[in-house]
Amino acid sequence: MNSQAPSLLTGAGLGMIRGERVLFREVCVVVHAGDALLLRGANGAGKTTLLRVLAGLTRPEAGRVTRAAAHHWVGHREGLKPQETPREHLKLWTQAWGSGAETDPVLTRMGLTRPADVAGRYLSAGQRRRTALARLLLEDRPVWLLDEPYTALDADGRKLVDDLIAAHRAMGGAVIAAIHGEAGFAANGDLTL
Amino acid sequence: MSAAPILAAFRQSLVEAWARGAGALLPLGFLGGAAVLVPLGIGSDGEMLKAVGPGIIWVALALASLVTLERIFQSDAEDGTLDLWLQTGAPVSAIAAAKTLAHWLSAGLPLALFSPLLALMFQAEANTALLVNAGLYAIGSLAFFFWGGVGAALSATVRRGGLLISLIALPLYVPTAIFGALAMSGGPGSAGAPLFLAASTLFACAVAPYAMAAALRLAAD
Amino acid sequence: MWSYFANPHKFLRLSDWLAPAFYALGAACIAYGLWQGLWVVPKDEYQGGDIMRVMFVHVPAAWLAMASYSALAIASFVWFVWRHELADIAAKAIAPIGAVWTAMCLSTGSIWGKPTWGTWWQWDDARMMSVLFLFFLFLGYMALRAAMDSRQKAARAGAILAMVGAVNIPLIKFSVDLFTSLHQDASVITADGPKMAAVYLTPLLVSAIGHSLLFGGLVMTRMRTEIRQRRIARLHSRELEAL
Repeated sequence: MNSQAPSLLTGAGLGMIRGERVLFREVCVVVHAGDALLLRGANGAGKTTLLRVLAGLTRPEAGRVTRAAAHHWVGHREGLKPQETPREHLKLWTQAWGSGAETDPVLTRMGLTRPADVAGRYLSAGQRRRTALARLLLEDRPVWLLDEPYTALDADGRKLVDDLIAAHRAMGGAVIAAIHGEAGFAANGDLTL
Repeated sequence: MSAAPILAAFRQSLVEAWARGAGALLPLGFLGGAAVLVPLGIGSDGEMLKAVGPGIIWVALALASLVTLERIFQSDAEDGTLDLWLQTGAPVSAIAAAKTLAHWLSAGLPLALFSPLLALMFQAEANTALLVNAGLYAIGSLAFFFWGGVGAALSATVRRGGLLISLIALPLYVPTAIFGALAMSGGPGSAGAPLFLAASTLFACAVAPYAMAAALRLAAD
Repeated sequence: MWSYFANPHKFLRLSDWLAPAFYALGAACIAYGLWQGLWVVPKDEYQGGDIMRVMFVHVPAAWLAMASYSALAIASFVWFVWRHELADIAAKAIAPIGAVWTAMCLSTGSIWGKPTWGTWWQWDDARMMSVLFLFFLFLGYMALRAAMDSRQKAARAGAILAMVGAVNIPLIKFSVDLFTSLHQDASVITADGPKMAAVYLTPLLVSAIGHSLLFGGLVMTRMRTEIRQRRIARLHSRELEAL
């Protein structure tokens, strides 16, 4: 890993307890520009929990996270309301983040032109996932935290994710992703829980 | 630090409140039901209805707040939207307050504004006091929504949390109910009551958002 | 110095002898209070005749209801700020016992009221109303903790609710007092205050001390049980991990 540049996100000595069980302990995570860190582990190993700790959603029992840069979060649940269309979803978060991005180009890039105005409850799982991932393009943020980004996506969708990640890394961004099975991009870091 | 996330949360909650259950029609239907059922239940004696009318409307306002609040944070916690709101960088208390305010505007305030109509059905005299009372209902219902919001936020991860919300909110609703009813009674003590009502609502608006924020962070944890 | 009290191990050693002492002393005080109340003191016709003897249970119960909620709120605050697990254990232990004493206050109040004023419940009695809402606060606290998925979440949720309740109590008390002071036609069950005759005051105070000691003993016993339950749970999970 490139240790010359300052780290974008650092997690040191992270530990989590679930119920009375220790989920993980003394976990350290460091990402710099251009890095891709893969989180691996069996179901229930704590990949989602670790990502949530890094995002600041879950408080760790031990250790701390230092965030030097803004991050995008695309979690397990898409954050799409049943009555919300992809276009409305992107408009909402553009407004909330004050980013001023145009939603049409993003919808096109994500292959959501046809279902752009279909309510969330009628979308397929893959379309919902694409909508969630579309948020990544609304604003430039250095760190991407992705929980199972390939879920419900077809081969085209997976290629899309790989392309987005590659472009992001090329521009100096970093990606931390929990992925089951084969990742379509070359990661330079691996963490197994 | 920008207010964009807070405004977006406010706007989106307004849209959501109207999209679900046809907006203000559900609580208004509630109120209408109260207006029709209560006289059927307790008799049509004019003097008695006049006496219980304000109290019935307060009860209807409290129940309406509990009904609308039940879903406001739970759906966000379930579909992952809460995760996004917690990461916008804006204070969570402000976002929670914005959402609660939006729901009050779409369910509580319309009810308060309709109250003169209802009061007439409860044999109240038609004079300016009805308009003053509408203002009092508006102020009081704001407190109901904010305290109920604390209950809703704490129960966001609980299946069928409606009962829990009611149990939590009930003691917190008491001061508003007492001051509100006192303010409308016209008897001794009603002169200072509107001020107490406003003060307790202000207290709710100041304290509840922080409790809601802590509860929402807990729900996402 | 205060962190001494945060150590569960030290607490267990302390309560090894303190809890039985509380029980013994509490039983003695309550016995004295009951003996005085039931046989020795004269009855007060104005307060209902013989039935007013129930005040030796009713009034201490009311005091304890309010004191125990304060204790719950303080324990919750201590946990929230310093995260001492013992504080959370204390809060969890106090709630059901406080609820029981609150219910005891309400039921003895009803028992007192029925023969005296003909009604099981009076909306004009400020103390009874305050205690009723206190009862709901306890129930809400217990229900919320029970509804949470994990021990840590239950602690956090409970702490938030206890503190919200605590800041509201002055407001609730004020509004209830205002409400009842304006509807003062029925006489209220007043059995406290220095204007009470000394012959009642002493057994009442002894009774109150006895109830408090009993309460404290029960809380300590519950806390000891909870500490041991958590230890067992931790041992279980370590066992699972070792597999």
